[in-house]
Amino acid sequence: MTRFTVEVLVTPRPGLLDPQGKAIHHALSSLGYDAVEDVRVGKAIYLEVAAATPEDARERAEEMCRKLLANPVTEDFRITAEADGTAP
Amino acid sequence: MKIAIITFPGSNCDQDCHRSIELAGGSPSYVWHRETSLRGADAVIVPGGFAHGDYLRPGAIARFSPIMDAVTAFGEEGGVVVGICNGFQVLCEAGMLPGALLRNESLSFQSHHCRLRVERTDSVFTSGYRKRQVLGMPLSHADGSYYADAGTLAVLEEERRVLFRYCDAQGNASAEANPNGSLKNIAGIVNARGNVLGMMPHPDRAIEAVLGSVDGLPFFESIVGAVAREEVA
Repeated sequence: MTRFTVEVLVTPRPGLLDPQGKAIHHALSSLGYDAVEDVRVGKAIYLEVAAATPEDARERAEEMCRKLLANPVTEDFRITAEADGTAP
Repeated sequence: MKIAIITFPGSNCDQDCHRSIELAGGSPSYVWHRETSLRGADAVIVPGGFAHGDYLRPGAIARFSPIMDAVTAFGEEGGVVVGICNGFQVLCEAGMLPGALLRNESLSFQSHHCRLRVERTDSVFTSGYRKRQVLGMPLSHADGSYYADAGTLAVLEEERRVLFRYCDAQGNASAEANPNGSLKNIAGIVNARGNVLGMMPHPDRAIEAVLGSVDGLPFFESIVGAVAREEVA
């Protein structure tokens, strides 16, 4: 078993009203960052998972996302797994 | 008739619901979220508050509390289940109602009186009201913006499952009267069978004149009456 750091990124579905993203977009525009066309805000969840392979760690995290970490009605998720000590 | 009020760590409207049921002529009892039985209750209320601190998403952790298996089974058997505010969020997370409650469009916590239009009166929750009656009651939430995909919304409308909509004093479901960005001004919906209801505003905080409104009392009287009739039948 290896310990993996699994990063789960949970983001609101594109097209869904994201008032936080809108507020940040507005703030960036007023700071002069006109090149920003859209902002969406999600959350990052870090899991320390013992697993045989990175695929195994990812699979488990995917199950956790479907069950709890992400709301299937409103959110998408993305998962990356790095063996501990290999992360930059 | 016995009405179970589910209490989670962080629930804060359980006592309001208890008083509401008493005033409506029912017998309320608290059921702690770690319990696994509804103890023969005839109806269930999931009250408002911040169950489990609303961590991750409101209702996301509460839906896995031990009592929720019994609540889900009770609802599937046709038992009357009511989710108010945080309770609505819990029922959506549990998949007992469609859609989700997102952060308010304004990003600020909304806590004020609102107006609601009663969309139909042929339900166990609204039989004490007149059709298109305009009700006044408080709302109090950060995540109350009702969202469902276009297909789900169409089904809700077609099956007349929206029971309450935010409206102005004249009963118009206008954009100005929408406190949180809810699609179609939706404030309360029922499941396909019509026995599970979720709503963001608080009828439990509008049951005595001293609270500024008694418009919530007929809601609880409707439920107690419906459950009582079922018992006789």
